[in-house]
This record gives sequence, C-alpha cells and structure tokens, in this order.
Amino acid sequence: MSASTVVSPVSVRKAAEIVPLRRPGRWVSASLVLLALLVVLWSVVTNPQFQWGVVVRYFTTEAVLRGLGLTLWLTALTVVLGFAIGGVLAVMRLSGNPVLVGVSWGYVWLFRSVPLLVQLLFWFNIGALYPVLSGATPVIGPVTAVIIGLVLHEAAYAAEIVRGGILSVDAGQVEAALALGMRRGRVLRRIVLPQAMRAIIPAAGNMLIGTLKGTSIVSVLAVQDLLYSVQLIYNRNYLIIPLLLVATIWYVLVTSLLSVGQYYVERYYSRGAGRLS
Amino acid sequence: MTVAVAVTDLHKSFGGTPVLRGVDLSVARGSVTCVIGPSGSGKSTLLRCLNHLEKPDHGEIEVDGVLVGYRRHRGKLYELKEKVIAGQRASIGMVFQGFHLFGHLTVLENVIEAPVGVLGVPRGEAVESAAALIARVGLAGREGAYPRQLSGGQQQRVAIARALAMRPKVMLFDEPTSALDPELVGEVLEVMKDLAADGMTMIVVTHEIGFARSVADTVVFLDEGSVVESGPPGVVLDAPRHVRTREFLARVR
Repeated sequence: MSASTVVSPVSVRKAAEIVPLRRPGRWVSASLVLLALLVVLWSVVTNPQFQWGVVVRYFTTEAVLRGLGLTLWLTALTVVLGFAIGGVLAVMRLSGNPVLVGVSWGYVWLFRSVPLLVQLLFWFNIGALYPVLSGATPVIGPVTAVIIGLVLHEAAYAAEIVRGGILSVDAGQVEAALALGMRRGRVLRRIVLPQAMRAIIPAAGNMLIGTLKGTSIVSVLAVQDLLYSVQLIYNRNYLIIPLLLVATIWYVLVTSLLSVGQYYVERYYSRGAGRLS
Repeated sequence: MTVAVAVTDLHKSFGGTPVLRGVDLSVARGSVTCVIGPSGSGKSTLLRCLNHLEKPDHGEIEVDGVLVGYRRHRGKLYELKEKVIAGQRASIGMVFQGFHLFGHLTVLENVIEAPVGVLGVPRGEAVESAAALIARVGLAGREGAYPRQLSGGQQQRVAIARALAMRPKVMLFDEPTSALDPELVGEVLEVMKDLAADGMTMIVVTHEIGFARSVADTVVFLDEGSVVESGPPGVVLDAPRHVRTREFLARVR
C-alpha cells in the first residue's frame, strides 16, 4: 500500500468517485462515418454533373410549380376522400350487420390485393369494358382515372388504420357513454374517435407521406404531376439528373413540412394521455 | 312506499350459460339496496340489465313505472328504438368498477358532456351545476385536471359527479370500490353515504359488507343467478336464514 492511500475506517469513509468506462471505439466509428459522409458530400458539391445551377434555374419554373400543384392537389384529394371512405368501411366492419361486415372485408381484401399501377391502368382503360364511359368526350379521362384509382386504393388502407384506432379505445368508454344516454353516433363522434386519433395519427401521417410520393406513379399515365413535369422538360433538354433533383428536393421539402405538421397534430390528440401533463 | 325499480322474472344467459335465472326485485324510492353474492352470481349482469346495457332474454324491468328497453303491445314486448332507449338511460345513473372517465376530457368536460350533448342544457348552466357537483364530491379546484392525473378514488368520485349531472332517478353502482387501493375506498364510500342520506335511490353491487350494514335499507343476496334471500341488513347480514348466505358471509369476513 502506498503512502498516499489512506484507508479510513468504514464508518467515516467517503463514497468513492465513479469513473465512467472509456469507449475509444465510439470515437473511431464516429470518425469513420463522418469521413464517409464528407466524401459523399464533397463529391456531390464538386461533381459538375449535378449541375446545381440548372437545379436552381428550374426549381421554380412555372411548369414545375404547376406539376407540384397537381401533386399536392392529388395527395390532398386522395387522403381526404380515402379516409372518408375508409372511415365508413371501418364503421361497417365493426357494425353488427353481417352483410356490411362482409362487404367491408371484401373491399379491403380486393383493393389491397391489386397493385396500384395495375388498378390505375384498369381505370384508364375502363372504356374497353364500358364503352359508354369513353366517347368523343370521355367521362373518365386520365386525371379522373388516377383519382378514382388512388382514392379506392387509399380507402382500403385507411379503413384498416381507422379500424385499428377505434379498437384501441377501451370498450368501457363506450359503455359509460351509452349509460349516460348518448346515442351510437354521438358516442363515436365525441368519445371514441377523439381517443382513437392517438392511434390513427402516426399511421395516417405515414400514409399521407406515402401517398404524396405514391402519386408520382400517375406519371405513367401522362398525368402532369411533379415527376411528369420534370420528365417533360428533360426529354427536351436531356438535363436528366438536375431535373430529377428538382423533383426530389420538392418531395423532401413537402414531406418535411408534413412531418412537422404531424408532430403538432399528435401533440393535440395526446392531451389527457399523461405524457404531456 | 313507491316503487322506483321493479324487476320481474329476469332471465339472461351468455352463450348458453344461464347467468340470471328468474330474478325478482323491488326497490323503494329513496332507498338503498345492496346486492351481494359470490363472483359469477350475476350481480353485475342484473345491474347492467337495469339500463339495458345487457338485453334480457326474458322478464320485465320497470324504472319509475316505465318499462325499460321494450314496449308492451298485445301481450308481447317489442324492443324499442335506440333513440328511446338512450332517453331512458339518461335518467338512470351508472358508476362502473373501472371508472371509465373519458380520457381525452378534463374533469369538468367529463361532467358536462352528457348534460349539454344529450339533455341540451345550455353550457353556462351546465358548467355551473357541474362545478357544484365536483365540489360536492370533494374535488373543487380539480376541474381542469385530466382523469389520468387523478388517483383512483378521485376518478371514481368524478364518475359519480358525472352520473349525478344527468339528475338521475336511480343510481346504479357496479362494484364501485373493487378497483381501488384499500386506503382510497373510504373516500368513495363517504360520497355514496352522503348521496344516500340525501334520499337518492341507489342499487349498489358491492363486496363492502360494512357499507351494506350501515347504509343499506335492503340487502339482496344473489347466488347462481337467483335471489337467495333479501331483507334488512340486520337480518340478511347478521341472522341469515339461508345456509348459502351464511357460507358466503363466512368467506368474505
């Protein structure tokens, strides 16, 4: 024992200082990852093929903004109508009526089974089945076709999200509301759905972002959304990469905004849930 | 005596298992009836039939002289529309074992939700009487709290205030203290005693034999879906005539 270490009797000994374990591996791995990131970033900035000047020039051109407008409009319409129909399907599925339960189940089964693109092509070619719908002035043009297809597809998934949300609410809430003399519709609107939203919002937010990006599929049917608009431009000037970057940056921007919105909506619906109080 | 609740030959089974096998019950206005009995004896089911949360298979239930859930026509009982049944439930208060306060609403919002939404009471008026009820159950100042911020005993007292806000003719209590920590049982029973002293007609399913002895006018012992014996607590609890009652009381003491 060295002279500097004094072992005091147990009764007066102070608790020793705690020294955390050193983790040199952390520094090494973090440096490696940062280095890799820097290499990628450097190449992105210095590679002239990205043509950032072109990106900037086209970012807010009218054609691109019009395409962005259609993408946003398609997304909004799809999500609103999809969740409206999905909500009805969820309530049908949870009703006591065996026919409604069966129809709702069948709908979800069918529209989840058919790939969206296949469905869109069906609606696009509906005239082959019902010639009435595609005359000299077709009843179902490309935009109508993609709206129908997107909404019906969205509704199938939305139905399951809403159903899951409703099931997450304790049955005692319904009983208590009924015992107070509330009618079924009121119980659903005032008691069940506001509490179901806590489970619905994260999944619905996911779905909204998925739909925003998913609408790019309509470019296949020559509907001028964001993606198709930039495709039209690069088919003329061959500046493929910078124009794809224009679309990419817009998608990322809108998605980020939606994520921020989701945070606030979630916070609103989790009131009373204990975590914020 | 005026009869507040009358049950005649009530039968109910779940998936072929009989739970109630011909229950008869008569509750005088302003009286307190405690229903006791082993678990699975049908106590809760009986209570839930009284406000039609469960549909009886057979039998009649009258609250304040009005048939609950059905309309008599040419010797048959026709089930009423949801709207009418909801109206009947509005005047029958119920307090659950698990409280079931609406989690997304504050204490005050819980209490005014049904008076405003179902009875159409103006909001200002509802808030005023809700505040009085919340004070009456000893929770003045907690109007803005959410249920999860309250203890079990406090939640159950809010649930009682919520039911009272509908100015019910009868209050049903389904094991109101069974989910509470022992030290919180007393505060809920105090509120119930206060209510009984005020002349509220109450039917209480309970395991609190002490409460039944001190507050009940009538104690009903239910076993295997039928009333084994009923009468004043002094008789049923202290000098039971039936051997099954004696055995049950020996077990819960």
